Amino acid sequence: MTADEWHAIVFTCVACSLSTLCILPFGVALGWLLARRSFRGKSGLETALALPLVLPPVATGMLLLRLLGRHGPIGGVLERWFGVEIVFTWRAVVVAAAVMSFPLLLRAARVAFEEVDRRLEGVARTLGASDARVFWTITLPLARRGLLAGVVMAFARALGEFGATMLVAGNIPGETATISLSIYRAVQLGEDASALRLVCASAVLAFAALWTGERMLRVHRGRR
Amino acid sequence: MKLVFRDLQVPLTEFTLHLESVLEGQITAITGASGAGKTTLLDCIAGLRVPHAGAITVDGRTLVDVDAGVAIPSRARGVGYVPQDRALFPHLTARSNVLYGANRATGAEARGLFTLSHAVEVLEIGTLLDRSITALSGGERQRVALARALLSRPRLLLLDEPLAGLDARLQERTQALLRRVHVEFGVPMLYVSHAPEEIAALCDDVLVLDRGRVLAHGAPESVFERTDLPTLRLRG
Repeated sequence: MTADEWHAIVFTCVACSLSTLCILPFGVALGWLLARRSFRGKSGLETALALPLVLPPVATGMLLLRLLGRHGPIGGVLERWFGVEIVFTWRAVVVAAAVMSFPLLLRAARVAFEEVDRRLEGVARTLGASDARVFWTITLPLARRGLLAGVVMAFARALGEFGATMLVAGNIPGETATISLSIYRAVQLGEDASALRLVCASAVLAFAALWTGERMLRVHRGRR
Repeated sequence: MKLVFRDLQVPLTEFTLHLESVLEGQITAITGASGAGKTTLLDCIAGLRVPHAGAITVDGRTLVDVDAGVAIPSRARGVGYVPQDRALFPHLTARSNVLYGANRATGAEARGLFTLSHAVEVLEIGTLLDRSITALSGGERQRVALARALLSRPRLLLLDEPLAGLDARLQERTQALLRRVHVEFGVPMLYVSHAPEEIAALCDDVLVLDRGRVLAHGAPESVFERTDLPTLRLRG
């Protein structure tokens, strides 16, 4: 393996873990909100949040480029106020992976919260528990299996992210090149051996993510 | 205990539960056919359901009064609830279930009568405490759920068909246990049941509901002797 290939593998793992960690609190909060509360504009919000699932990834990448670029409404503010650049840096890879995988986590979290028996939460309240205590001690533990499945799916989706990342982060070897982008580049340059090595690494990572998720679900099931 | 329902109205699928009653027994039964509104009534007292109109007061304390905009949250009602499915928390051990409400205000176990050791002794749950909820039988779950409700120091205990799903021997044992719980802890009970024999043996007051309305109310022996309520006659 070359240094660039190793970098792509390690960088992909770190970026995907970071993006999954970043979206987890938002996914849990919004999943709970959508499962448990009715409010105006709820279906509009749900549809908007699911858009990255159905939009072509390059279209999402284009939108992100516009938003996060130097002259974009978000990117401009971040650069002027905090001196933080997003586009064509490692941050863009994390953002693209987060945006593309968020709908999967959100959907899983919402279903997980919907499946929690609300009567158990009601009984916990009759025992003197505050809403916060009910959430942390009843709702969240009972939803954790679905949440865990959502985390695994989101991580796996982030691993495979290509289109949006390509547009918003470029494909800079040793900097923003993920496994997917590096495979594309190797194929373009006719470096089939490198491409195959990266494909193998990608398969191992995806397998490890899914297997770990399954193991954790099994352990959880065993405890119930 | 004096439990007052003033013009209480709760819309259900096919009819509206409409109640204007005063219950004054120490162990009061609510009976009637399935779907008569019995569980809904318990849910309204516990605060799991908000009535459409009317008020509920317990010993002069208003739990909910729709017209006055008063609705005490479930956690502050002082009502222990044992639903028909027991609603034990499946991810916690029996001990954690029992202590769930005891830990609430002070972070310490409830004091006085309502201690873990007292509940363990009365309900005979010592050997169950470290077991998973899924490993408990129906009767054991019932006792754990009762202990959990009692350790939250309730002023009123709501029991939804506590003998349902138990065999005859266990029903008899649980009846004796409920009597003992009442004597030992002194908490008034509101008791939903389908069985006239069970009510006659345990309760001093009975309210008969039919499609959301009160069909009869009084001492079990007088209600169950009424010839116009053939389904509620005592056997034998």
